[in-house]
Amino acid sequence: MSIELQHVSFIYSPGTAYELHALKDISFTVHDGEFIGIIGHTGSGKSTLIQHLNALIRPTKGKVLYNGEDIWEENYDRRALRSQVGLVFQYPEHQLFENTVLEDVCFGPLNQGLSKEEAEERAKKALASVGFREDHYGKSPFELSGGQKKRAAIAGVLAMDPKILVLDEPTAGLDPKGRDEILDQVRALQEERGIAVLVVSHSMEDMARYAGRLIVMDHGAVAFDDVPGNVFAHYEELEKMGLAAPQLTYVMQTLRANGLMVDPAADTVEKARDSILAVLKAERQGVV
Amino acid sequence: MGIIKAVKLAFDYLKYDDDGNVEDTQRAVDDVSLDIQPGQFIAILGHNGSGKSTLAKQMNALLLPTEGAMYVDGTDTAKEQDLWKIRQKAGMIFQNPDNQIIGSVVEEDVGFGPENLGVPTDEIWRRVDDSLTRIGMTEYRKQSPNRLSGGQKQRVAIAGVLAMLPKCIIMDEPTAMLDPNGRKEVIRSARELNQKEGVTVILITHYMEEVIDADAVFVMEEGRIVLQGTPKEVFSHVEELQKLRLDVPQVTLLAHELRKSGLPIPEGILTAEELAGALCR
Amino acid sequence: MRDITIGQYYPGNSVLHRLDPRTKFVGTLMFIISIFIFHTIPGYAVATVFLGAMILLSGIPFRLIVKGLKAVLVIMLITVVFNIFLTPGEVLWQWKILKVTKEGLILAGKMAIRLIYLVTGSSLMTLTTTPNQLTDGLEDLMAPLNRIRIPVHEIALMMSIALRFIPILMEETDKIMKAQLARGADFESGSIIRKAKNMIPLLVPLFISAFRRANDLAMAMEARCYHGGSRTQMKPLRYTRLDLAAYLILIIYLAIAILFRIFGI
Repeated sequence: MSIELQHVSFIYSPGTAYELHALKDISFTVHDGEFIGIIGHTGSGKSTLIQHLNALIRPTKGKVLYNGEDIWEENYDRRALRSQVGLVFQYPEHQLFENTVLEDVCFGPLNQGLSKEEAEERAKKALASVGFREDHYGKSPFELSGGQKKRAAIAGVLAMDPKILVLDEPTAGLDPKGRDEILDQVRALQEERGIAVLVVSHSMEDMARYAGRLIVMDHGAVAFDDVPGNVFAHYEELEKMGLAAPQLTYVMQTLRANGLMVDPAADTVEKARDSILAVLKAERQGVV
Repeated sequence: MGIIKAVKLAFDYLKYDDDGNVEDTQRAVDDVSLDIQPGQFIAILGHNGSGKSTLAKQMNALLLPTEGAMYVDGTDTAKEQDLWKIRQKAGMIFQNPDNQIIGSVVEEDVGFGPENLGVPTDEIWRRVDDSLTRIGMTEYRKQSPNRLSGGQKQRVAIAGVLAMLPKCIIMDEPTAMLDPNGRKEVIRSARELNQKEGVTVILITHYMEEVIDADAVFVMEEGRIVLQGTPKEVFSHVEELQKLRLDVPQVTLLAHELRKSGLPIPEGILTAEELAGALCR
Repeated sequence: MRDITIGQYYPGNSVLHRLDPRTKFVGTLMFIISIFIFHTIPGYAVATVFLGAMILLSGIPFRLIVKGLKAVLVIMLITVVFNIFLTPGEVLWQWKILKVTKEGLILAGKMAIRLIYLVTGSSLMTLTTTPNQLTDGLEDLMAPLNRIRIPVHEIALMMSIALRFIPILMEETDKIMKAQLARGADFESGSIIRKAKNMIPLLVPLFISAFRRANDLAMAMEARCYHGGSRTQMKPLRYTRLDLAAYLILIIYLAIAILFRIFGI
C-alpha cells in the first residue's frame, strides 16, 4: 500500500487575474505504517496538497499513483479510493449531521455499500479505537464536548477502514489535554492498524514528538523531507519561511553558544536532558 | 479598588427541561476573587471547560454572577442601568475572528462601537483613524475583512474595541483559531498596547508561551482559581501544571527534569538564557 | 463558487463612488424606468449614451461589467428565444410549429437591450457603493415605513450582515461538501428525491454553523454596546452639490425619455 506523487503541480484559476501556483513540482512517496508530519505556514499549499491524495483535487500537471495505479485514469474508481485514503478535514466536528453519534459514524461505511449491521460493527470498532465512550454512542453529536466531537468525526473516517489516514490540523481548537489525547490515539492507530498517517500541523513540538518524517512546505514546494531532527537543524531556514524549530532546538543552541557542547539535534525533553547530563558528566571527568 | 474586581464570584449554568423548569444546575465558576490593577497584563489559563470563558464574560456583563459580585472600574455589573457604561469600559475580543466583525469594510467595523455609543460623526472618524494607527492596520482600512488573514482580523477586532476608549480589554482565547504567525501578531499587538499605552489586558488562553511575560497568571480548574502568581511562581509548580494537563514551556520542563536528576537548578526557569546561566555557572 | 462577482463593490473614488447612495438608488430606478419608456432606436441611443457616460465616469473596467452580464446570460437567452418564437405576426421563417416573426425579432431585440441595460445599470450602482452605504441609503429612503412599525433599521442591518457572511458561508459549503465527499457521499447521481436526500449531510452542518455564527455575532455586537435604535453614524448620508447636479441631470434625462414617448420619436 503506497501513495506516490510524481511531479504534481496545481494552479488555481489558470488564465485569470487570480492565477495562483499552489503546488509546484511535488514528488514524494508515502509508505505503509509511516507517521508523516506536514508543516508549512498558512498559504504554503498544505491543504491543497492533501486534497490531491484522495482525488478531491485533480493536479494541473503530474500524476498521483495509488499502489502504482494512476488515480486519474479514465475508469479509476475514485469513490473507492476515498475510502482507502481517509481524509479528515480541519474542524471535522463541523461536519457531523446525524441524530446519533453511531449513525453519523455509519455514514461512510454505508456509502461504501456495506449492510447496516456491517456498518454498525465497523462504526463501533472505529469509535472504540479513538477512545470514544460507549455510553455516548446514542447521544446527539451536538451535545458532545469539543474533544468528543472531534473523536466522533475522526471515527467517521476511520470506519471506512482506510489504509492511509490524513488529518488536517486535528488538534485545532483543542486545549493541551485534548491535543495530547487525540495525537496519542492517532499514534496508537498507526501502530495497531499499521496504517500510514499524515498529519498537517503548525506545532513543531508536537511533530518532534510524534512524526517519524517531516515534510516542510514553502510557497507550494517541498522545502524539506527528512527525519525531524535533521529538519530542525535548518532552524534558520525554517525561520525565513515563517516557521520555527521547536523551543528545545533554541535552548540547545543557546547552551552551545555558552560553551556547553550538547547535542543540537535533541528535539524532545528526554533527549535534551540526557544530552546535558552526559556533557556535564564528561566535563566533570575531564576536570578530574 | 482595581479596574476589574471579583468578590467570591460564582456562576451556574441552568439546564431547563421541556416545560421550562430548571432541571439541573452546573457550577461553571466557583468562589473566584480577584483584583486587577489598571495597566496590568493578566493571563488566565485553564483547559476547555475550566470556567475561564465564563469568568471572562462576566467581566463585561455578558453574563451576570449567580453569587458574589463583579465590579468594573468600581461599578457593579449587576446594575442594569450601567450596562452600556460597563461594556464601553471593558472591551471584549472573542475567539472566532470571522464571527465578531460586523462591518463589510474594515473602517466601518471599527466605527461600529462608537456609533452604538452615540459618538458624534467627526469624533468617530478621529477615533477610527487613531485606533487603526495604533494597531497598525491603517493601510487595510478600505478593505473587506474577508480578505484579511486571521491575525489581521483579530487586530481589526482590537481596533474596534479601542475605538470605544475602553479602560481594559478582555481577550477570550483570541489566538485559539490562528496559526503561529497570527498568534504572534495578536499577542504582540496586545503587549504593545499594554506597555506603551498602559491599557489593561486580560488574556485568556491555553498557550503557555503567551503568558510568560504577564504581570500575573491565574490558573483555573473546575471553576476555581487553583494557582496564581507571577509566571515564575506559577511555572515553579511543574508537576501540578502537568497534573492539570496544561502545557509547560519546554525549557521550564527541561530545567525541572535536570533538577530532578540532581542538578542545582532553580524552579521556574522560563528562558533558554536563564537555563544557560544556571548550568554554566 | 468564487466567481460570483455581480455587483461586488469595486473600490474607487470616482464621481459615481462619491455620490450619495440615495442618489444612486433613485438614479438607478429612474434609468430602469427610462428604458421601459424608450421604445425607438433614437430613444435607445439616448439611453446608451447615458449608460456609457456613467460607465466611463465610474472608472470601472468594462470587462468587469461584461463579466457581471454572464451571470444573467441564461435568463436572457430564454427570454429572447421565447420572444422570437412565440410572438405572432409577419412570419419570416418557419420549421414545423416553430416560426420566427418580424415582430418577434423586434420584441426580442428590445427585451435583450432592456435586460442588459437593467443589469448593467443596477450593477453599476452596487459596484460603486459599499453594501453598508447601500443599506444605509435604503434605510433612509424607507424611513417613512417606520411609522407603520416596520423595523427599517433592523432590516437594513440584517441585510448588510447577510452580505458580509455570504462569501464566508460559500467557502464553508465548499469545505463541508469536500469533507462529506471524503466520507463517500455522492451529490451527483440519482433521482431528484435521492439527490435532495443526499444534500442532508451538507445542509445540516451548514445550518448549524450559520446558527453558531449568528449566536457569536449577536454576543459580539452586544459586547460592543449595540442596543438597536439610537445610534450615531460614522458615515451619515449628506447630500452635496454633486448630488444636486446628479438629480438635475437625472430629471432632464427622464424628461427627454417622456418627451420622446409623447412625440413618438
